[in-house]
Amino acid sequence: MRYLPLTPDDRDAMLAAIGAKSIDDLFVDVPQAARRDGFVDLPRVAGELEVERALSAMAGKNATAGTVPFFCGAGAYKHHVPATVDHVIQRSEFLTSYTPYQPEIAQGTLQYLYEFQTQVANLTGMEVANASLYDGSTAMAEGVLMATRVTRRNKAVISGGVHPHYVKATETVVHAVGVETEALTAAVDAEDAVIAAIDKNTACVVVQTPNVFGTATDVTKIAEAAHAAGALLIVVVTEAVSMGLLKSPGEMGADIVAAEGQSIGNALNFGGPYIGLFATREKLLRQTPGRYCGETVDADGRRGFVLTLSTREQHIRRDKATSNICTNSGLCCLAFSIHMSLLGETGLRQMALLNHEKAVATRDALAAIPGVEILTPRFFNEFAVKLPKNAADVVQTLADHHILAGVPYSRLAPEAGLDDVLLVAATETTLDADIKILAASLAKVLAA
Amino acid sequence: MSTMNTVGRPTTPNALPDNDYKHPTLTGARGLLQDEALIFEGDGWNKTGVDLPKPSTDGSDLGDLVRKDPIGLPGLSEPEAMRHYVRLSQKNHAIDLAIYPLGSCTMKHNPRLNEKMARLPGFSDIHPLQPQSTVQGALELMDQLAHWLKTLTGMPAVALSPKAGAHGELCGLMAIRAAHEAKGEHEQRRKVLVPTSAHGTNPATAAFVGYSVVEVAQTDDGRVDVADLAAKLGPDVAAIMVTNPNTCGLFERDILEISRLTHEAGAYFYCDGANFNAIVGRVRPGDLGVDAMHINLHKTFSTPHGGGGPGAGPVVLSEALAPFAPAPWVVNTGDGYKLVEREEDEAAQAFGRLCAFQGQMGMYVRALSYMMSHGSDGLRQVAEDAVLNANYIKARLEDLMSPAFPEGPCMHEALFDDEWLKGTDITTLDFAKAMIDEGFHPMTMYFPLVVHGAMLIEPTETESKQELDRFIHAMRLLAEAAKAGEVERFKGAPFHAPLRRLDETRAARAPRLRWSAPEGSNIAAE
Repeated sequence: MRYLPLTPDDRDAMLAAIGAKSIDDLFVDVPQAARRDGFVDLPRVAGELEVERALSAMAGKNATAGTVPFFCGAGAYKHHVPATVDHVIQRSEFLTSYTPYQPEIAQGTLQYLYEFQTQVANLTGMEVANASLYDGSTAMAEGVLMATRVTRRNKAVISGGVHPHYVKATETVVHAVGVETEALTAAVDAEDAVIAAIDKNTACVVVQTPNVFGTATDVTKIAEAAHAAGALLIVVVTEAVSMGLLKSPGEMGADIVAAEGQSIGNALNFGGPYIGLFATREKLLRQTPGRYCGETVDADGRRGFVLTLSTREQHIRRDKATSNICTNSGLCCLAFSIHMSLLGETGLRQMALLNHEKAVATRDALAAIPGVEILTPRFFNEFAVKLPKNAADVVQTLADHHILAGVPYSRLAPEAGLDDVLLVAATETTLDADIKILAASLAKVLAA
Repeated sequence: MSTMNTVGRPTTPNALPDNDYKHPTLTGARGLLQDEALIFEGDGWNKTGVDLPKPSTDGSDLGDLVRKDPIGLPGLSEPEAMRHYVRLSQKNHAIDLAIYPLGSCTMKHNPRLNEKMARLPGFSDIHPLQPQSTVQGALELMDQLAHWLKTLTGMPAVALSPKAGAHGELCGLMAIRAAHEAKGEHEQRRKVLVPTSAHGTNPATAAFVGYSVVEVAQTDDGRVDVADLAAKLGPDVAAIMVTNPNTCGLFERDILEISRLTHEAGAYFYCDGANFNAIVGRVRPGDLGVDAMHINLHKTFSTPHGGGGPGAGPVVLSEALAPFAPAPWVVNTGDGYKLVEREEDEAAQAFGRLCAFQGQMGMYVRALSYMMSHGSDGLRQVAEDAVLNANYIKARLEDLMSPAFPEGPCMHEALFDDEWLKGTDITTLDFAKAMIDEGFHPMTMYFPLVVHGAMLIEPTETESKQELDRFIHAMRLLAEAAKAGEVERFKGAPFHAPLRRLDETRAARAPRLRWSAPEGSNIAAE
């Protein structure tokens, strides 16, 4: 038990210092009926080698994105992360530190959070950003709840272009407190329907751009319609890199931006941990969820940083808190921030353009296949295609040949009846050879 | 020097050189500790630290969707980035540097094997929506983790997807709500009972799920007042939320009575499992009548907190609540693993979905790695050593400081109040800041709220006796200095940290939450 430093002699000496005869004396408050003698029915202590072998065996059964032609997106994206990022986040002082409750000895964490908040605010085109939430989907849910607090209205209109899992996660949370949602029918270009659905009970309108079908839209008109009706506009972004090329949500009139930051600095990780970006207008600050780092001075007048605005939080407000959140995605923020610092504006724009270029090349290759119809008119790095066959079946067949061709829309929302729709994403990691393999293999499967 | 041999840290205050804060340096640096500008304050407005191929597109097919104005993101070359972050890191305390005695937060050693395993491409480089046939090993790992958690807790089901402890609380209460809805009792059961000593997240969560919160009193010995609980239980109560061991560091002796009364009233028993490390392997929550309990994988099973997160908060569920667990979940079909992503796919009544994907896979790997490394025998030892260490600290400090609940043993954390500081003009906060000067991270201050000036110390099982003695020695010297009236040592502290005491009021009153370019500058940022 290499992680437990006490020796049997230590334990005896400590029990003697306490004045206890045995360890059982320290568990006297546990009712007799609930005490368990002996060990639970699980394997015994294992050495490092043994654990490594067992876990490596499981890892070895999975097809990894970096080893096959890979076109999956739909809310999680394969990007190249510079080696520096993972090296730095594994430094003991970052990896093994706790929430910065004692700012005098947590300036490292606090300064990077302040830099992170600035990066996110600038990227989203908003005035303030918090120190992150669990992921993009939970950020959307928190955004809807916040909008109902701000407007004192009770209904959220959700565009048919929002990721179905985001919609589900939001509905789960907001329905519990009686907030209504009107989730519109899935549509590649869903924006007119959104405007039509706004009424005087609408607290917020939720749109995603680029949306789940990849469609990139200017949501300025929706923002205007929402504001005219006294509602807030929440813009969801699942691919943060897109904001390096496209007009920012802030520029288009968003009041709240709920985004997934996984794309920058963070691995795919089979769905988590990810990093929810949450940004808004300064005037709405006190209604926001989550942590903030703020600038201040120390006793000698030197600039320093602290966690702040905690009067909104659960440990002060308890059942009146703006949310029950008690953490952030600290280490994921650090990865995001380092990657962003390395890219800089120049690198981010270049990386975003490369993503777009690879996606356009993929689209062109697929468009040439008989029977394939490209559904998405304008996109960043992801688009939807209509296949002459069931998309899930096609994806499975290609996976059996070690090609991960994308995400069938039915995987996200089987009830939508879009069984022939496939979502295809490309990034700067996509090789030209991968595109050729995908196109050739897809043509073969469809012809079969 | 005899003290050196016994406690490892020989310094008496007089042995220190004159306090070096009195001699400011010219640059503001303190030896190796560099002042580090913000990334926005350098010359990186046109720099990048990555080499990417030149794109052949210019994005012109996107027309007016293209972003034109500067974003305001400086870039650093690779060596500049390295230095920036390494310099920042040197201003942090971390568990790898010394004991982190934060009570209720559980900071223990973070084994690097866990990191190595989580970074295997087979776990880190797989997409949440890949065909299930291509991620069988990942699903197997989730199934294994579920098996360990169910076995250790004696509970029949587990929901893995909650992304943090508070998210787990949300999951548990939503399952309870769904169960009442299924029985047609939701409209009548609108209250959740929460003891005054609960984590702030408990009442916040209950309110978040739409319940009204009713506080339950505490007895003089720091436990739930069962008579008060019984008086408040009734057909209008949906659930009770009890932390066990509780945040006073005590085991709820009447736990079986509490769960019996709760169930008799038709309510469910939610247990805040944040302190599971105190009982793992020795007590199964299922045997205590718990219906739902979240397990902070990052606390009990050691995944790094990384400056605040990410965490993971799987929830174990009783037979009664199991059908309501949120999607997705893993089933073993006999010839493989299947991820059930929608409740309709199985005979279940899932209350919905909590997040976009499967939850915190990276944490699952780390937690399972930690569990396998200990095994059933090691995990039992974990609880014993965690409790032994806490009681040792309590025993060695109780003559100088005042334990909040002196009678009987504590569990995983030792709780003191500020009674012993009376008349010294020194507060809990002052004492905590002076601990920083002695090289220690302060304990949890002012929590739980039921104890005046609370100081909550949790050593965990991964501290050696030598480190505990070093900590105790420093605490004793500080306590003696406080009692001897050395007020200056406390009031101005910390003197030896990268920064002196920070003005938190100012930060909250006029929040500055982001950098912006100084007026008159022509820096690209807004």
